[in-house]
Amino acid sequence: MGKVQEIVAQYSNKQGGIIEAYHAIQKEYNYLPKEAITEVAKTFGVSESQAYGVATFYSYLSVEPRGKYIIRMCESAPCHVAGADEVIKAIERQLGIKVGETTADGKFTLELTECIGQCQATPVITVNSEPIFDVTPQKVPEILSALK
Amino acid sequence: MAKEMRVLLEYADQIDPASAKDYIKVGGYSGLEKARKMNPKDLIQEVKDSKLRGRGGAGFNAGMKWSFVPQNVPVKYVVCNLDEGEPGTYKDRIICEKNAQALLEGMAICGHAIGSDQGYIYCRGEYPFVVELLRKAIDSASDALGDFNIEVRMGAGAYVCGEETALIESIEGHRGEPRFKPPFPGVEGLWQAPTVVNNVETYACLPYIMVNGAQWFAGVGSASYPGTKVLSLTGDVVNRTFFEVPTDATLREVIFELGGGIRNGKKFKAVQVGGTSGAFIPEQYLDTKIDFDSMGAIGAALGSGAVFVLDESRDILDVATRISKFFEHESCGKCNPCREGTFRNREILERLNAGKGSEADLDKLLLLSKVMQKACLCGLGQAAPIPTESTIKHFRHEYLRKVQ
Repeated sequence: MGKVQEIVAQYSNKQGGIIEAYHAIQKEYNYLPKEAITEVAKTFGVSESQAYGVATFYSYLSVEPRGKYIIRMCESAPCHVAGADEVIKAIERQLGIKVGETTADGKFTLELTECIGQCQATPVITVNSEPIFDVTPQKVPEILSALK
Repeated sequence: MAKEMRVLLEYADQIDPASAKDYIKVGGYSGLEKARKMNPKDLIQEVKDSKLRGRGGAGFNAGMKWSFVPQNVPVKYVVCNLDEGEPGTYKDRIICEKNAQALLEGMAICGHAIGSDQGYIYCRGEYPFVVELLRKAIDSASDALGDFNIEVRMGAGAYVCGEETALIESIEGHRGEPRFKPPFPGVEGLWQAPTVVNNVETYACLPYIMVNGAQWFAGVGSASYPGTKVLSLTGDVVNRTFFEVPTDATLREVIFELGGGIRNGKKFKAVQVGGTSGAFIPEQYLDTKIDFDSMGAIGAALGSGAVFVLDESRDILDVATRISKFFEHESCGKCNPCREGTFRNREILERLNAGKGSEADLDKLLLLSKVMQKACLCGLGQAAPIPTESTIKHFRHEYLRKVQ
């Protein structure tokens, strides 16, 4: 049995456990490979199009390969007025990619996100869901170089 | 001088939120004990008498909601909405991080009232660390909760899942698209079974209502929306933090006394209460109480309790444009008025913000707003045009400045 099958099998008895299974697969692969969709559809008794529909509905799930570190910049209003645009530009400059892209070495993916509920310390970014507070363009090089 | 009134957050940072033992030491789980000695009908009446209303945004009477659940059905569910995706809001995270056990106790109290032994907490995907904390808290509370089970399910980043039927769809493992109502979840919810969906803060109020009595709770704050409210302050305010206040505190007290006023010595321009779907309120309404009905009377909403402050230097049209992008992105696409409406709202605002719009665009936006409020399937689409409408109403001059 392949790794994907093994992971999905752990959730097979969980009613409505598709999203949980997807989370577990993403923990391993950082995205949902094609076989994950097929396997989930089979296990939970839904069509592949339905399984794909779930995978593409939620912004934290991705059917495209992503980097080791997924950086998300919050672009909701509180972060917006605190200078999120400048932070995005600084990250794009530093990594040489645009929002939605992954660096050639497969290390970083840059995404935008809506509010992550840490508005006491705006602007906020997350690295693999870990929030980093009060980010400024000046702090960006230091934050990124800490990610090995 | 306005003061905080800490009920839910009284023991914040003094107890370990994951530990039932810590919580019991400060009186925890005695509310559940008391509730379980009552018959469900009396318990629901007690909650009704407390006048507790939903803390998630809709402000519906909690006891009334529970009373819609039919008695003679074997399987029912208690669902907690911890999907707080409303930008600028983090009060449910704070309640969990400071007093997670009160949430669990509240859910078990609801379980006894409606005759359910299974609860689900739907936590947003942005809070994996809260999921972890809650799972520990549930393990620790297994004795206290007895036959009532609670499972935590994690969302995956979809604002619309804060709508109760979309949330239910998501727990079932589907795309988080809202259902048509009726039937309401109280009759047909999770896996077609009767289901109560309440917000974290609503459940967390229940232990204190049980211990101190419905009359006590009904006497705190404003009469029509009693109790305390946890607010999260963001934007251009000195103290960007959370506060728990009685519901008769005014916006001015919250912003200028607790919040410490505007940052960098600037002047106040506007406040948006209740999250990104709320109305922008100018200075003349700052003496309004924060309770649900008082906010409603000025065309605003208490909503989630987010308080987003803008100083005099902020460009209202730019902020409204940014917000319109949010709603376009988060619209699930199920109903046409929202899918198309959020798109057009953003399109016209972007045009105006770029200085390429006309005064006629303002009328188009107001008409669109009316249509969306009436025709959209769920609260997302109905509230999406509110920031646009309220900023045109109160800050029309700022729009006109950018009009050709």
